[in-house]
Amino acid sequence: MSDAIDKGRRQLLTAATTLTGIAGVAFAAIPFLASWKPSARAKAEGAPVEIDISKIEPGAMIKIQWRGKPVLVVRRTEEMIKSLGGHDNQLRDPGSASSKQPDYAKNQTRAIKPEFLVLVGVCTHLGCLPQNRSAGAHPDVGLKGDWPGGFFCPCHGSKFDLAGRVFAGVPAPINLEVPPYSYADENHIVIGLDPAKEA
Amino acid sequence: MADPNAVTATVRSAGRLARLGAWIDERFPMTSLWKEHVSEYYAPKNFNFWYYFGSIALFVLALQIVTGIFLTMSYKPSATEAFGSVEYIMRDVEWGWLIRYMHSTGASAFFIVVYLHMFRALLYGSHRKPRELLWIFGVLIYLALMAEAFFGYLLPWGNMSYWGAQVIVSLFGTFPLIGDSLIEWIRGDYFISDITLNRFFALHVVALPLVLIFLVVAHILALHEVGSNNPDGIEIKKTKGPDGHPLDGIPFHPYYTVKDLFGLSVFLVLFAAVIFFAPEMGGLFLEPPNFEPANALLTPPHIAPVWYFTPYYAILRAVPAFLNTQVWGVLALFAAVLLLFFVPWLDKSAVKSIRYRGPIYKAALMIFAANFIMLGYCGLKPAVAPFTTMSVIGTIIYFAFFLAMPWYTRLDRTKPEPSRVTS
Repeated sequence: MSDAIDKGRRQLLTAATTLTGIAGVAFAAIPFLASWKPSARAKAEGAPVEIDISKIEPGAMIKIQWRGKPVLVVRRTEEMIKSLGGHDNQLRDPGSASSKQPDYAKNQTRAIKPEFLVLVGVCTHLGCLPQNRSAGAHPDVGLKGDWPGGFFCPCHGSKFDLAGRVFAGVPAPINLEVPPYSYADENHIVIGLDPAKEA
Repeated sequence: MADPNAVTATVRSAGRLARLGAWIDERFPMTSLWKEHVSEYYAPKNFNFWYYFGSIALFVLALQIVTGIFLTMSYKPSATEAFGSVEYIMRDVEWGWLIRYMHSTGASAFFIVVYLHMFRALLYGSHRKPRELLWIFGVLIYLALMAEAFFGYLLPWGNMSYWGAQVIVSLFGTFPLIGDSLIEWIRGDYFISDITLNRFFALHVVALPLVLIFLVVAHILALHEVGSNNPDGIEIKKTKGPDGHPLDGIPFHPYYTVKDLFGLSVFLVLFAAVIFFAPEMGGLFLEPPNFEPANALLTPPHIAPVWYFTPYYAILRAVPAFLNTQVWGVLALFAAVLLLFFVPWLDKSAVKSIRYRGPIYKAALMIFAANFIMLGYCGLKPAVAPFTTMSVIGTIIYFAFFLAMPWYTRLDRTKPEPSRVTS
């Protein structure tokens, strides 16, 4: 046996050992990183919520909690629905092209049935809670008399109409999100569950 | 007359102590570490007021660790109990209020001291060669400190804790494609919940303190490797005496240990005054909505982070959303902090210290400092006129200070540096 050091062989073995070690560390990291994902309990607690909509007065709004987020359900009057068509030119995304909603709510009223608007009541800017502001002037937050009614975010002044569509010139980039929801029957909405596919 | 027996006993015990020291030194470099880092670490003799803040920052770190350990003994990291356990500490735990106020005031004091320490570096060119890595460790400490403060602010589970965390975590949701799953992964839930609180607690009390201690050790080792800068910005190691020590250097101990103890005592007077008379600092150190428990369905009327984050918050808000995303503001926020890493290479001046720099750098640094305070003020205020315009102007000035630095520092008419430090 020779005493000379085979540098090439040593380099190859060092590189191979290093790479194997890195792969091992990467695999070992997976359980730790994955442990940060929502746990089984968190997922179970995020299950769909059923609500009774028959008791909402026309024009009124109720707020429920789903996955810790406020979900707003507005029973829109005929007048409110009609007002939606009147200000498309002031909106950033009137057709909801780049906003978040299920396909069945991607329409003029952003709802399955125009009468009931279902929205995640979290501002698309930085997650504050927009307030419900009726049509007309609200001088306390600088809304003028031509305000068509909708939602106003107290944090950074974003404005949304009665379909949750964002006005141009405010910090929020997209419309309020419509969560997945479906009708269990005439009087009950299930938040968090898509409608069953028609056969 | 001294009792001869007592004298013999003293000599004998001194001999015993020396033998113990020798015994340790054969097994652990106790004496050589002490000499290298304290009694024979030669620091420039011309340190001034600005050189207090390093040792004060070290003291505040120790204070935060000690008070933090005692707070964890009574605090409960759970969404149902956290708010109540902080009230329990404030009302029922003996001296609990003092320990808690030391910790909450300590957080603000830490940032005040660190900001002054960083300003000192920019004044005297302490970021320049050969101290680039020392500066980088410092910026890493600053980043770790911001993360530590952010995680810690959720723990009292007040309504501002909750909504502050909500806003900051949703910043990560602006990244295209991965945003939504990224925030779900950070929170471990579909909203800021008990799960989020529990993991922020783990990061705040275990992970980041370890990172901070490691970085502080690296910062000090790097400092002692290259030696301290000084208000003249010249290298004292260039002029050594026959004993091999810098002629303008004096041993850290006893000279600067005594000076730093004096500085620390002045700091403690001010610190105690805040703890005893204004622990909330008029809503700056502890914000009013945080005296109500976290409520997922009620946003405070105005969300502002704690004061030390507000300059960056103003930058975040100053950048408008376009192309249907507001990721630009978030990128500007990160860029504003990350730019600090590059300062040693952006600064092309022939001299280090402000004493020998020309009028351009003097003006630029003063404008930058005033602008940083103005941005911080804007970040505390609601996003309405005139603060929106001020934030935009402030953001431009902030970035211009760094990005134009290679040009204006080279243009500046500098004065010649002396070969020895001045008094």
